[in-house]
Amino acid sequence: MSAGGPELPAPSRGWRRALPRGFRDGALALAVGLGVLALGLEAAGYDAPAALGALWRGAFGSWYALASGTLVRSVPLILIGVGICLAFRGGALNIGAEGQFYAGAIAATWIGVHAAGWPGLAAVPALWLGGALAGALWAAVPAWLKLRFGVLEVISTLLLNFVAEFLVSWMVQGPLQEAKHIYPQSDAIAAAARLPALAGTRLHLGFALALAVGLVGWYVLTRTLWGFRLRAAGAGPRAAEVSGRIAVPRVAAAGLLWSGALAGLAGAVEIGGVSYALFQNLSPGYGFTGIAVALLARLDPLAVLATGALFGALEAGAGAMQREAAIPAVAVYVVEGVIILVILLAEVAARRARRAASGAGLVTG
Amino acid sequence: MSAPDLDALTAFLAAAVRVATPLLLAAIGETVTERGGVINLSLEGAMLAGALAAALGAGAGGPWAGVLTGALAGLAAAALFAAVSVGAGVNQILAGTAVTLMCVGITGTVYRRAYGYGGPGLTIPTLAPLPLPGLSRIPVLGESLFAQPVPTYLGFLAVPAAWWLLYRTRTGLQLRATGEAAELARAAGVQVRLLRFAATLAGGVFGGVAGASLVLAQVGTFAERMTAGRGYVAIAIVVLGRWHPVGVALAALLFGAATALQFLFQALGLAVPYQVFLMLPYLLTLGALAGAVGRVRPPADLGR
Repeated sequence: MSAGGPELPAPSRGWRRALPRGFRDGALALAVGLGVLALGLEAAGYDAPAALGALWRGAFGSWYALASGTLVRSVPLILIGVGICLAFRGGALNIGAEGQFYAGAIAATWIGVHAAGWPGLAAVPALWLGGALAGALWAAVPAWLKLRFGVLEVISTLLLNFVAEFLVSWMVQGPLQEAKHIYPQSDAIAAAARLPALAGTRLHLGFALALAVGLVGWYVLTRTLWGFRLRAAGAGPRAAEVSGRIAVPRVAAAGLLWSGALAGLAGAVEIGGVSYALFQNLSPGYGFTGIAVALLARLDPLAVLATGALFGALEAGAGAMQREAAIPAVAVYVVEGVIILVILLAEVAARRARRAASGAGLVTG
Repeated sequence: MSAPDLDALTAFLAAAVRVATPLLLAAIGETVTERGGVINLSLEGAMLAGALAAALGAGAGGPWAGVLTGALAGLAAAALFAAVSVGAGVNQILAGTAVTLMCVGITGTVYRRAYGYGGPGLTIPTLAPLPLPGLSRIPVLGESLFAQPVPTYLGFLAVPAAWWLLYRTRTGLQLRATGEAAELARAAGVQVRLLRFAATLAGGVFGGVAGASLVLAQVGTFAERMTAGRGYVAIAIVVLGRWHPVGVALAALLFGAATALQFLFQALGLAVPYQVFLMLPYLLTLGALAGAVGRVRPPADLGR
């Protein structure tokens, strides 16, 4: 299903072997990313040490910063990142998590503002389910276009991001606009639909959900037949089709749908646990950061728990950097981009080394 | 048709061409890149970098300096992408996404550094329309096609130039062979990697100029993330135009027309939310891709 599966991170063969190299590559990527950021900020005339100091304090400086900043920020990243693992492992390059996140956020907001008087035990699951379904539906469009017409999912998922953003813009100025019709945002969702938070912090129940999704995602991907088929379809489509009798396009499409569902769930959790209302630019690019999170985790849902927390720290720190050192928070996108590139380069280098070691000859590209 | 109708049609066509210009420039460059077997998703980043560099360059040395700095910024973004994907062999889709992310971060940071939180406003010198003598006097078509700023004419010229390069030169033949069957081309003595590098860099220059035209000839200012996915749309336009310069030009004009429809409908005062018109070009592109893709074949080695 992908336009270029061969260079994707290889499925790790068991934790004991994959972990040390994964850690080494990840640490290298993070160091290079932060180094590039520091050099760039110095070159642009900013005070780089002050910036990195603010970044650190904003991410880990206090229990409140850790719980209410870093961990809260990591929730959507983990949910989206696990979904990206499923899509990419199955060979579907889903670049549309941003749009799927918004689809989930819209559905959750609609349910949330109508949930007044519901018991919390009904409202919260309804919000989550609605968000996940909406996200899956948003991903179903590119999946269908791919299966029926052969449209590259890379392009269709990307285009639908923009459609989703315009849809949010319409919703908050139209059907879902707050009652006074002044501000471009929705009403706050009913109290019953809001997620409970840990005392003294903003760390909400969605964090537990994200941990559970990481664990279940890892189990499904590595310990079930469905997961095996998905990995086989992505790793060697032709071999899976011929020798495994796996319906590769359908399996890959299923990975894409689940990826959309998790991104939609992330949107619902953000509405239910953080913003309580829908507005434009609700996501600071979670859908794209989620790709970096998944790649840094080498497409392993369990490792996404760690990389999601790391990127949560980066983004929470970026907020502090903007407040304390007057450096635009978007600067962390440079770090994220560099991390993706370094991880991919390390993968290619490792593959070359393996090939050289095994003496395999015929290699394309 | 009465005269007001003709005026409205002329205005609509002129708007369509104006909107299509950055897309046309970016898509023609990407056509050359993709015929060589490289799909460059960092085109979005190249356009964005080109847009900011054009604003800075034009502010310092006039609009033509802006076009030059825009082209250089696009070249720089494409060079990073090419080094990682063509040079080191990293997955093109992911490398392109990463470079675009970096461009969003860099442009956002530099923009704030250069202009503070107020933005450049309308202080950037822009490229005024340059009506071509004679041609621009032709009713409707001439008035809309040939009374445009210079980047539009660059786009018009790029179409036959790309066609000539791809189909009438030895380099073009080798490039297409590289895109269809890299291994065979290499065996036949073609410098596959060199050609792909060159095609990617050329695409980046066009992306940068496209971003410059967005700032200098269409919007008149820079805003964060102002390209709003136009680079990705340009890639969809390449598919829609079946990887052929003429088809790509028509697809870009179609997209421009779909976008310009919103001005027409808004003028009519229809009770439809304006966001629907903003979505329309993206939805039409999806629909057109679904209709077109089944009958066309991308370069066989695209993305590998």
